[in-house]
Amino acid sequence: MCITLIASQEFFAPMRYSAFSVITQALRGHTGWKPAWRKAEPAPHYDVVIIGGGGGGLATAYYLARHHNVGRIAVLEKGWLGNGSIGRNTTIIRSNYGLPGNIPFYELSMKLWEGLEQDINYNAMVSQRGIFNIYHNDAQRDSYARRGNAMRLHGMEAELLDRAQLRKEFAYLDYENARFPIQGALVQRRAGTARHDAVAWGYARAADKLGVDIIENCEVTGIDIENGIVKGVQTTRGAITAGKVGIAVAGASSLVGAMAGLRLPIESHALQAFVSEGLKPLLDNVITFGAGHFYISQSDKGGLVFGGDIDGYNSYAARGNLPTVEDVCEGGIALMPMIGRARLLRSWGGIMDMTMDGSPIIDKTPVGNLFFNGGWCYGGFKATPASGFCFAHLLAREEPHPVAAAYRLDRFAEGKLIDEKGAGAQPNLH
Amino acid sequence: MRIACPHCGPRGLDEFLYTQDASVTRPKDGGAAPTPEWTDYVYLRENARGPRREYWYHSAGCHAWLVLTRDVSTHEILSVELP
Amino acid sequence: MTGYRLPTGGLIDRDRLITFSFDGKYFTGYGGDTLASALLANGVKLVGRSFKYHRPRGIFSAGSEEPSALVELGVGAYREPNTRATMVEIFEGLTANSQNRFPSLRYDLLSINSVLSPFLAAGFYYKTFMWPAKFWEKLYEPLIRRAAGLGRNAGLQDPDSYEKTTEFCDVLVVGAGADGVKAAREAASQNISVILCDENPLAAPADLPATVTFLARTTVFAVYDGGTYAAITQLPNANPRQRLVRIVAGSSVLATGALERPLVFANNDLPGVMLAGAVSDYITRYAVSPGRNILLAINNDDAAALIPLLAANGIGIAGIVDTRRKSSDHVYHLAREAGVAVFAGAAILAAEGKLGVTGAKIHLHNGTTLRLACDIIASSGGFNPNIALTSQFDAKPVWNEGIAAFTAGTLPPGAAIIGKAAGQGINANIASHWHSGFNPGKSFVDLQNDVTVKDIQLANQEGFSSVEHVKRYTTLGMATDQGKTANVNALAILAEAQGKTIPETGTTRFRPPYSPVSLGALAGAHKGKTFKPTRLAPTHEFSTEQGATFIETGMWLRAQYYPRPGEDWLAAAQREVTTVRNAVGICDVTTLGKIDIQGPDAAKFLECVYTNSWTNLAIGRVRYGLMLREDGFVMDDGTTARLGETHFVMTTTTANAGKVMQHLEFCAQVLWPELDVSLISVTDQWAQIAVAGPQSRATIAKLVDAPFDVSNEAFPYMGCASLTICNGTPARLFRISFSGELAYELAVPARYGNALAAKLMEAGAEFGITPYGTEALGIMRIEKGHAAGPELNGQTTAHDLGLHKLLSKKKDFIGRALAARPVLTDPARQTLVGLHPEDGTSILRAGSHLLPIGAAATAENDQGHITSAARSPSLGPIALALLTNGPARIGEKIRVYDPVRQGDCIAVIVHPVHYDPEGARLHA
Repeated sequence: MCITLIASQEFFAPMRYSAFSVITQALRGHTGWKPAWRKAEPAPHYDVVIIGGGGGGLATAYYLARHHNVGRIAVLEKGWLGNGSIGRNTTIIRSNYGLPGNIPFYELSMKLWEGLEQDINYNAMVSQRGIFNIYHNDAQRDSYARRGNAMRLHGMEAELLDRAQLRKEFAYLDYENARFPIQGALVQRRAGTARHDAVAWGYARAADKLGVDIIENCEVTGIDIENGIVKGVQTTRGAITAGKVGIAVAGASSLVGAMAGLRLPIESHALQAFVSEGLKPLLDNVITFGAGHFYISQSDKGGLVFGGDIDGYNSYAARGNLPTVEDVCEGGIALMPMIGRARLLRSWGGIMDMTMDGSPIIDKTPVGNLFFNGGWCYGGFKATPASGFCFAHLLAREEPHPVAAAYRLDRFAEGKLIDEKGAGAQPNLH
Repeated sequence: MRIACPHCGPRGLDEFLYTQDASVTRPKDGGAAPTPEWTDYVYLRENARGPRREYWYHSAGCHAWLVLTRDVSTHEILSVELP
Repeated sequence: MTGYRLPTGGLIDRDRLITFSFDGKYFTGYGGDTLASALLANGVKLVGRSFKYHRPRGIFSAGSEEPSALVELGVGAYREPNTRATMVEIFEGLTANSQNRFPSLRYDLLSINSVLSPFLAAGFYYKTFMWPAKFWEKLYEPLIRRAAGLGRNAGLQDPDSYEKTTEFCDVLVVGAGADGVKAAREAASQNISVILCDENPLAAPADLPATVTFLARTTVFAVYDGGTYAAITQLPNANPRQRLVRIVAGSSVLATGALERPLVFANNDLPGVMLAGAVSDYITRYAVSPGRNILLAINNDDAAALIPLLAANGIGIAGIVDTRRKSSDHVYHLAREAGVAVFAGAAILAAEGKLGVTGAKIHLHNGTTLRLACDIIASSGGFNPNIALTSQFDAKPVWNEGIAAFTAGTLPPGAAIIGKAAGQGINANIASHWHSGFNPGKSFVDLQNDVTVKDIQLANQEGFSSVEHVKRYTTLGMATDQGKTANVNALAILAEAQGKTIPETGTTRFRPPYSPVSLGALAGAHKGKTFKPTRLAPTHEFSTEQGATFIETGMWLRAQYYPRPGEDWLAAAQREVTTVRNAVGICDVTTLGKIDIQGPDAAKFLECVYTNSWTNLAIGRVRYGLMLREDGFVMDDGTTARLGETHFVMTTTTANAGKVMQHLEFCAQVLWPELDVSLISVTDQWAQIAVAGPQSRATIAKLVDAPFDVSNEAFPYMGCASLTICNGTPARLFRISFSGELAYELAVPARYGNALAAKLMEAGAEFGITPYGTEALGIMRIEKGHAAGPELNGQTTAHDLGLHKLLSKKKDFIGRALAARPVLTDPARQTLVGLHPEDGTSILRAGSHLLPIGAAATAENDQGHITSAARSPSLGPIALALLTNGPARIGEKIRVYDPVRQGDCIAVIVHPVHYDPEGARLHA
C-alpha cells in the first residue's frame, strides 16, 4: 500500500536535475521548472510526524521514506524551511573525532556526504577540500595524535603534519612572529564544506519526491500525550494525530521537549558566524586555529566563512555581542595575518543546543512513541546526513542505529559521557 | 551586554563569565549516593525562554559571584544580586 | 568647465591638487574628493566589472550603499580589494585598480558569461555538476571559484596597524546631517556628554558645544546589548589606519537618513545609470557633474530637487520621465522653470549604450516608444529610511504605504530614531513603480550580485517563495552592500509575482556590520606576538642570562631547558635530570596557581573542595589534595600547606590556576556562604623555586636565616614554614617534591625571584647545581608516575588515576555523589599504568593507542592510549598510559599503535611509578 502511495506521489515530483535539464530549460526561458517541493497542507493524521524542518528533520524524513516502510510522513516547520541552524552555520563537514562514541557516527555522516548529491539529485556542493587542525605545542600535538590514531583504528585516514610539512601547504600562516608558534596540524583530507542551504533544499526536494508532506509555517504548540504515549501534536494549523512523533528542533529542543514534560541536559547558547566580502581564491582548505577558537574556509562565492566560540551565555536571541566578534577576529589575524585587509561583510547568530558533555542525543524518550534528536552543540551541520539516517532508523525500528548507540539520554545519569573536550557538565565550555 | 556589578558598577560583558543555572540547588544530603536529585542538579535544565536566574563570575573584576535575572530572549538584565 | 568639474562650488579644497592613479593612468583631483568624485571629474565612467556576468559597471551612488564601483586600492601588501570608490578620500599617490576583469576593464573575456546567462540562471549550479562525483573538486568547483569572488587579497601579511578604544557618553547621535546635529545640540544643552558620528568625510558640523565629541569618518556599524555600539573610524593614509571604537551610550539617537533606491529597467547597470541623489551629491559636495546631458527617471517629488540644481549649474537635462500618470504640480513647476519636458506616466524600458549610457528607450503613457539621447540616467524610485541598525537588533521593520518604504519596528533599548530615518520628511507623493516589466535586456535588482528581475521570478516559480529563500537562492542582498539599494525592490517584485502586498510577502532585515569592516580593525593590536598577553616568570631574567629556551605554557613563558654548547633539547633536559637526581637543580614553579585561604573555617572549606580530609592536617604540614568536579570527574590536584590554624596556601596546576580560583570562589560565595573563609590568588605575588636533588638541603641551608633548622628531623618531608632567608627576606619553605628527590620549594616575594635564583646557584655551585626547565620537570614527573595535564584531561576519574583512596567516605565534598556512580569506578575503565618499550630503546609517544598483541588494528581492539612519554636518562624511554583494566595487567605486553607518526612498537606494562617506587629518596 505504501509503495503505491509513493508511486502515485512521484507524479507530483519535480523533474530530474541534470546538465541536460538546465540546458533545455535555458532554451525555453526556464518556464518549465517546478517548485522544488510541494507546499503541502497538513493532513489530519500521519504515521510519523517530524517536528522541525531543518537539516535533521528533513534528512530524517528523506531516509525514513527511502529506507523504511513507515507509511505517511510529515515534517512540520514553524517558519520557512531551513531557517534554523542548517542555514546559519559555517558549512564545515568532517569526521575527525576522537572518542569511540562519536567516530563511527560522524564517519557514517562523511560517507553519506560523499554520495549525497547523486543520492538526492541535488548539488549541495560537497567539497572535500581537507581540514587542517593546527597545533601549537607538544601536548596539543599528542592530543591530535591520539585523535588521528583513533580515526585510523576506525579505518579512516588521518595525517599528522609537522611544521615543515604544514608550511609547504600553507606558506601564509604566521610562523615567524606568532605568540603561539605553529608546530603542525592534524589533517583529514576527506573533510571539507558543503553549501548549507542546498542541503536543506535538496533533502526537502528528495523527501517530497518520495511523498513526504513538508508543511511550512506550521508551528507545533503542544504535544498530545495519553497514558504516557504520544498521540499527536497541536499546531498553528490545527491538530495532527500521529503514530510516532520525532523531535528534531535544534535551537528549540528544550522548548519543544517541555511540551512533552521533558527536562533535558541542554542549555541554548548563541553562536555567531561570519563571512567576509568576496575574494578571489585565497584559501583552499578548512583551517582551525589551536591557540584560540577560530576556524575558516572560503566559499565558492569567494567569501571567507569563519567563526569561533559561542558567546558563552544562554540565549534564544539569534545574535551575539561584540567581545566574541573581536575575539574571533583576533584569532583570525593571529593565524593568518594576510586577512587583516579583508572585510567582515556580515555576521549572524544561531541558537545552539549545548549538551552537558558536548555530544548529541538520538534516543527514545520516557514518553511512548516520542523520539528525540538534538543537542548538536555547534556541530550539527556535519552530522546532518547521519543524524537523519540514524534518527530514521530509530523511529522506524525503535532501536538505535549501531553507530548512534552511545547517544542515549540516560548516559548523563549513568556517567557514560562522550566528552571530547573533557569540559564536564558546563555546556558553554564544550 | 553590560552588567552592573554591585561592587564595581556597570562593566562590559568581557569582564564576566557565565557558568550555570542559578535555579537549581545543590542537594544537602551529603552526597553519599548518586541519587536522581544529584543527576538532576548537575545535568538537567529547564532552559526556557524569558527571565532566568543564572550565576555569573566577575572574573576580570572583583571575583564576585553574581546572580543575574536575565531575559534570555532579549538579553535584558532584570536584576543583579549577590548570592 | 574642465572635464566634468564645475567651475565653482562644492566642499572641495581647490588649493590642494592631488595626483592619483587608476588602472595605471594618472589623474588629478582636489582635497576632499573621493575616488569616485575624482574619477567622475576626469570623465571616467567605467570602473569595474560585475560579479557574475562581468558586465561593465560605473559609479552608482555617492555613499556607502555603493554596489558597483568597487576597486582594489593600493598595491603589494597594501592592496585592499572591494573598496568602494565612493568612500575613499584621495590622497597624493593613491593607487587604485579595477577588479574582476581579465585582461582589461574594457575587454573582459568573462563577459562571455553575459551571453551564456540563460544557462546561468539563479541556482543553476544546484541542478548540475553532479556527475561524475569526483569532478566537482577537480574540475567544476575550481572553475566556479576562479570565476567568482571579486577583488584579490594581497596574500601577504597586512603591514598596517589598528587600534581599539572604548568611549562612554550619555547620548550617541549617529549621523551628522541637519537632524543629527540638531539632536546633538539639544542633548548637549542639558549638560550631558554627547558623541556625534558621521561616516561621510565631508561632514563637519561647525561650532559644536564642548560637550559634543564629533567622531569624523566614523561609521557606527553595529548595535549590541546594553547600549554598546561598534563604530569604525577611518584614519586616511595614516597608521594605525583604522580605529575600532566601542561606544557605550546611555541612549542613542539614530539620525541615519534615508537611502534612495533606483528604478529597475533593462540595462540599468550601465555606467552612467546613477541614483538621482548621488548626482546631486556630486554636484553640491564635489562640484562634479557626472554628465552633460542628464535624463531624470523618477516616481516621486523628492528627487525633483535635482532639476533646479542641474539648471543652476548649466548642466543639460535630457528630460524627465515620471512613472506617475500625472506626475505632479511640483515637478511640472520645476521642469517649466528649467525648460525641460516631462514625460508623465512613462517609464524607462532600457538604458542604451555599450560601456556607458548613450541614451534611453522610454515607454510613453500612450504606448509608444521614444528614444532619448543622454549620458546619465539619474533614477529615483523612492527612499528607504536607513534602519539597518534597528533591524540588526531583532526588530521587524514596518511597512509604511505612504512613503512606500519600511520604517523601524521596535527600537533597541535606549534608542530613538529621527528625521528621514524615521520616515519623516520623505515626500509621500510617490507612485509604486518597481520595474519596467518584460524586457529583452537584463533588469538588475541587485547590481553587485547580478540578480535580475527574472532571477527573482524564477526563484518564486521554483517554490523559493519566502524572502529568505529568495535571498539565499538568488544571492540577492548577499553582496558587500547587503542589498541596501536592492532589497525593497526585490521584495516588491516578489510580492508582485505572488500577487500579495509587500508586508504580506515579508520584510527585509540587515545583519551587522552596516558596511564592511576590516578584520584587522576588529582584531586591533591582538596579532603576532601581542595576540595574547605574555606572563613572564619572576626568574625570567635569570633564565635568559642562563641561556634558556622558553616555551609557551598557557599565557606564561617558561624556561623549557638550558642548553649548553652542543646540546639539543634532549641532551640538555637529560643532563638537567641527571644533575637533579645526583646533585641538585632549581626550577621556577611560580606558574603553578597559589591561592591563599584564610579564616576560621578555612580547614572546613578545604574539606568541601578536596576529596580527602584536611581538618586533621597539623600546622606546619603539607598534604596532597585531589579535587573533583561536581560530576565526579577529576578537576585538579596539588598540595596545600597549613601555615597557621586559620591559614592555608593551596597550589594548583599551572593550566587550571584560574579555573580552580573561580571554582573555590563559587564554593565559598554560593555553595557554602556560611563558612567564614577568604580567598585570594597569590600566584603573581610569590616567586616559587623548586630546589631538588640530594644536595638540596645543603643548598637551602646556606640561605635560611638562623635559627631555622632544615635537618630531616626538624623539617621532615611534607613540612612547611614561614621563615626568613638571606638575612631577613621573608620566605616560605615547603618540603615537597615533584621530582621524587629530596626537594624543597622556596617562595619569596616575586620581586626577589631573580635574586633568589642567583643566590641558589651560588649556594649550589659546589654541588654542580643546574637550573632545569619544563622538559626535565616533565621527564622526572613521568619517572615518578605523577598525573599532570594529559592525565587530568577532564575525562578521567580518581579510580582511573589510582587515586580512589583519596575519596573520603566520611564527608560531603564536591563531586562525591556522582563519583560514586558504578560507571566511574568500573574496573574495566582505562586506568593509569606505566610502559617500557620491550626492546628498551623504541621511543614511546603520547597519543599512541594500545592494542592487544596480534589483534587487528580496529576500534574494537582499542584498549587505551599513552598519555605522557619521556626519555629518561636512567631508564630509557618510558610512558604513562590509560589502559583497560590496567593495574591487573602489569607485566603483560601490549602493542603501541601510532600510525600517524609511524611509531609502532611493543611495550611492557609496568607500575606507573618508574623511579624509586618506595619513595625513599623523598624522605632522605
